[in-house]
Amino acid sequence: MKRKWQRWFRLLPLAALALLLSGCGKEGVSALEPLGPVAKDQADLMLISVLIMVVVVLVVGFIYFYVLIRFRKRKGQEDYIPKQVEGNTTLEIVWTVIPIVLLCILAVPTVPKTFSLSDTHSAKKESALEIEVSANQFWWQFTYPKQKVTTAQDVVIPTDRPVVFKLTSNDVIHSFWVPALGGKVDANPGQVTTLKLEADKEGTYRGRCAELCGSSHALMYFNVKAVSSAEFDRWIKEMKAGPDQPASASAKQGEQLFKQNCMSCHAVGASQTNKLAPNLTNFADRKYIAGFLDHDKKTLEKWIADPSALKPGATMPARGASGKLTDEQIKQIADYLFTLSVEK
Amino acid sequence: MTTHAQSLAVSSQRKGFLHWLWTWITTVDHKKIAILYLFGGGLFFLIGGIEALLIRIQLAVPNNHFLVGSEYNQVMTMHGTTMIFLAAMPLIFAMMNAVIPLQIGARDVAFPFVNALGFWLFFLGGIVLNTSWFFGGAPAGGWTAYTPLATEYLGSGMDFYILGLQLSGAGTLMGAINFLVTIINMRAPGMTFMRMPLFCWTSLVTSALILFAFPPLTVGLFFEFFDHIFHANFFNTANGGNGIIWEHIFWIFGHPEVYILVLPAFGIISEVVATFSKKRLFGYSSMVFATVLIGFLSFMVWVHHMFTVGLGPVANAVFAIATMTIAVPTGIKIFNWLFTMWGGQIHFTTANLFAIGFIPTFVMGGVTGVMLAVPPADAQYHDSYFVVAHFHYVILGGVVFGLLAGVFYWWPKMFGRMLNETLGKITFWFFFLGFHLTFFPQHFLGLMGMPRRYFTYLPGEHFELGNMLSSIGAFGMAVGVIVLLINIVVTTAKGKRAKGDAWGIGRTLEWSIASPAPEYNFAQTPLVKGIDAFWKEKMAGNKKMTPAEPLGDVHMPSPTVIPFLMSLSLTLASFGFIFAANQAGKPHTGGLITAAIGIGLMLLLMLIHSIKDDHGFHIHKEEIMRIEKEAE
Repeated sequence: MKRKWQRWFRLLPLAALALLLSGCGKEGVSALEPLGPVAKDQADLMLISVLIMVVVVLVVGFIYFYVLIRFRKRKGQEDYIPKQVEGNTTLEIVWTVIPIVLLCILAVPTVPKTFSLSDTHSAKKESALEIEVSANQFWWQFTYPKQKVTTAQDVVIPTDRPVVFKLTSNDVIHSFWVPALGGKVDANPGQVTTLKLEADKEGTYRGRCAELCGSSHALMYFNVKAVSSAEFDRWIKEMKAGPDQPASASAKQGEQLFKQNCMSCHAVGASQTNKLAPNLTNFADRKYIAGFLDHDKKTLEKWIADPSALKPGATMPARGASGKLTDEQIKQIADYLFTLSVEK
Repeated sequence: MTTHAQSLAVSSQRKGFLHWLWTWITTVDHKKIAILYLFGGGLFFLIGGIEALLIRIQLAVPNNHFLVGSEYNQVMTMHGTTMIFLAAMPLIFAMMNAVIPLQIGARDVAFPFVNALGFWLFFLGGIVLNTSWFFGGAPAGGWTAYTPLATEYLGSGMDFYILGLQLSGAGTLMGAINFLVTIINMRAPGMTFMRMPLFCWTSLVTSALILFAFPPLTVGLFFEFFDHIFHANFFNTANGGNGIIWEHIFWIFGHPEVYILVLPAFGIISEVVATFSKKRLFGYSSMVFATVLIGFLSFMVWVHHMFTVGLGPVANAVFAIATMTIAVPTGIKIFNWLFTMWGGQIHFTTANLFAIGFIPTFVMGGVTGVMLAVPPADAQYHDSYFVVAHFHYVILGGVVFGLLAGVFYWWPKMFGRMLNETLGKITFWFFFLGFHLTFFPQHFLGLMGMPRRYFTYLPGEHFELGNMLSSIGAFGMAVGVIVLLINIVVTTAKGKRAKGDAWGIGRTLEWSIASPAPEYNFAQTPLVKGIDAFWKEKMAGNKKMTPAEPLGDVHMPSPTVIPFLMSLSLTLASFGFIFAANQAGKPHTGGLITAAIGIGLMLLLMLIHSIKDDHGFHIHKEEIMRIEKEAE
């Protein structure tokens, strides 16, 4: 009996290790693969605490298995009465003091990092880029106040400087989380919170909402696209210039329909902030539709025809504000939306 | 089996089902109320468990369409709320009711009437909450019910949450006051505080925590109640309220709640480990000290649930250090358990397997707790599956393992029959391995970026393997629970009868009397000569406790239906308020009138109870002598 379970327990750490190695998550998504200085600082603290805790678990585990094996009840000892030990002051002091020491080792780096990572004021002096984020059920709006540019769902940041996000919410509490770049901060209605992040290298990092915010909490994704400083400046310019006029007849027709059916909530034009629905100025450049759907016309048509079927609780009405768009008209609007590109 | 239970069985055969039901509805006997709590809590534990399985079915594969959007949020909210308030809490009270009076050598609790009232309020509160499934949907704002989502964006489900928890919370508060007074005032002669079994100590501290932690919840729920039903603006930001205040109020209750649940589990583990090592508890005084310290510190750490709210580095740093300090007394407990077993003779009974399984599991939950106390790192862990893994290690691996140890350990004392050990061990292994398979991978899912409360995840994010393992593990635990139910049914039908000292190595007073305990508990109040009083007497060669009084008539409280009726009238008032709530405008008058009738009935019943003179009844000396003789 004993042999069997011992063998099983020996397998446990192996299984754990296998799991650990099998996937640290996809790059650009996982907190285990930090890709910016903030996330790296946080990962370092995680590592310190994990190491201390592994020591604790190993010590406890060693005593535990030793005790279980050494002092188990054996056959023919039914009448044995162990010595009734009251306690041992020395031992008790030892296992009070050692944890205190371990906790001090953990607390010492914790406190300064708590202050430095939330210090967005000195970051500003380093000419950090400021971006205002307003969270909505279930999408994100990003405004660059100095540059006077507004966009939604995909936020573009430069790699050469820190970015200070100023977060607020227009409805319920959301939480802004880009695991690969750093920890999260809540977006509270009626308040502004700040979060400093920085990306080391160019790439697209997945962001998500981390505070339960309603039916489609699980689908409230966004992307952080980190680009070089020069590319960022060019992007700002292109955003301000706006997309080209649609060329095809179908897209032109779509633009008219869009103006009649969608413009009461959506905006096209980077200078316009609109709280009701995402700004679509560079819609065609984005990675996903509605933050998570494949970026193609077929999906877009499906989305316009019935948004809440794909994203429960989405406030966008089916088939336009009138609710009467035909399949043909939806197709034209989709054609138009796919002309909304600013990147040359 | 005592003649009392036999006579009950006979009378129920004679008078039928209704009489049987009536005896349970009107009982004020702590041993029967314990059984009511056990089955009430057990019922909700099964419901919450089914909800957990539904969650795991939905998350087994990416982009699943089994439970989507609000449906998932409802099941997830009800799983959390049910498990915390309607399963773990009452199961703790079941253990306390079954054991505390016996362990301190008392004949009943201090307030038997309040005890019954507490149970019925909890049970009907749970029913109110669960009826939401049939009236427009369950609450969907998470068990934390953060505002403004819960108060302004969700439908009527939240009314059921607010009033259901208000009712069951009132019951919990009453139960706590009752046990505080019982433990302080009703100990047998010689049972000083420092001779109490550790389960009594942890129950005492837990009751004190409830006394201070539940009022904030009650007040917070009243705020949500006024916001939701009368359109007040406590948490409405647009009209000058502040939603963050709710988070503070909730966690000022919510963090001590964790210790309210886990301290009694610590107590159970201390009893079980000591008994089945045939040793007294190592470092008893430091265990008591650690318990009190944990209780005290538990009120100083609530902000660690709010590190990402944006309260600033000063608040976060202070609460981080405060949180870390809790690890010290908890560590003391772990080592004391290990050294209780050191040099002992460890019996691997099912109860002890759960206690032994508890130790490494709780250490895991504890160390991840310390990791979560580091605010910059917590910014990554917070609201991710890492947290889900952590609190399931603490609450399922801690509290529920402890409760299952207690159920197997005290079952013979409660019901007079032993549970089957083979089936028990099957339950343990399915539950233990299933548990770790479910929750260990979730640590990694969280670090890999999977947030909690997500109804789905997309393919290609590397979340598939962990979630599939998790779902398989959950079904493993379900098998364990089913085997436990089979065990209960089989042994109730033809189980081995339990002796008074059911395990043969009992140490505390409850094992010195018959199993199940007779209605009056102790024929003669015992004289306690030291810690582990019964063990001491056995070592001195005595079979029984030394009595502290001559044999005489025992005074008993009369059964009464008033607690049940009071709870019913408050349930009526709750439904009145729920149906008065109106998203758009003024509350409905009909609902308000119903609520007023319910409250009026409650006041009337209180008046009747105050005026009615009930002297109780006596069990006569001759009757007691007859019962005691038959038990031998």
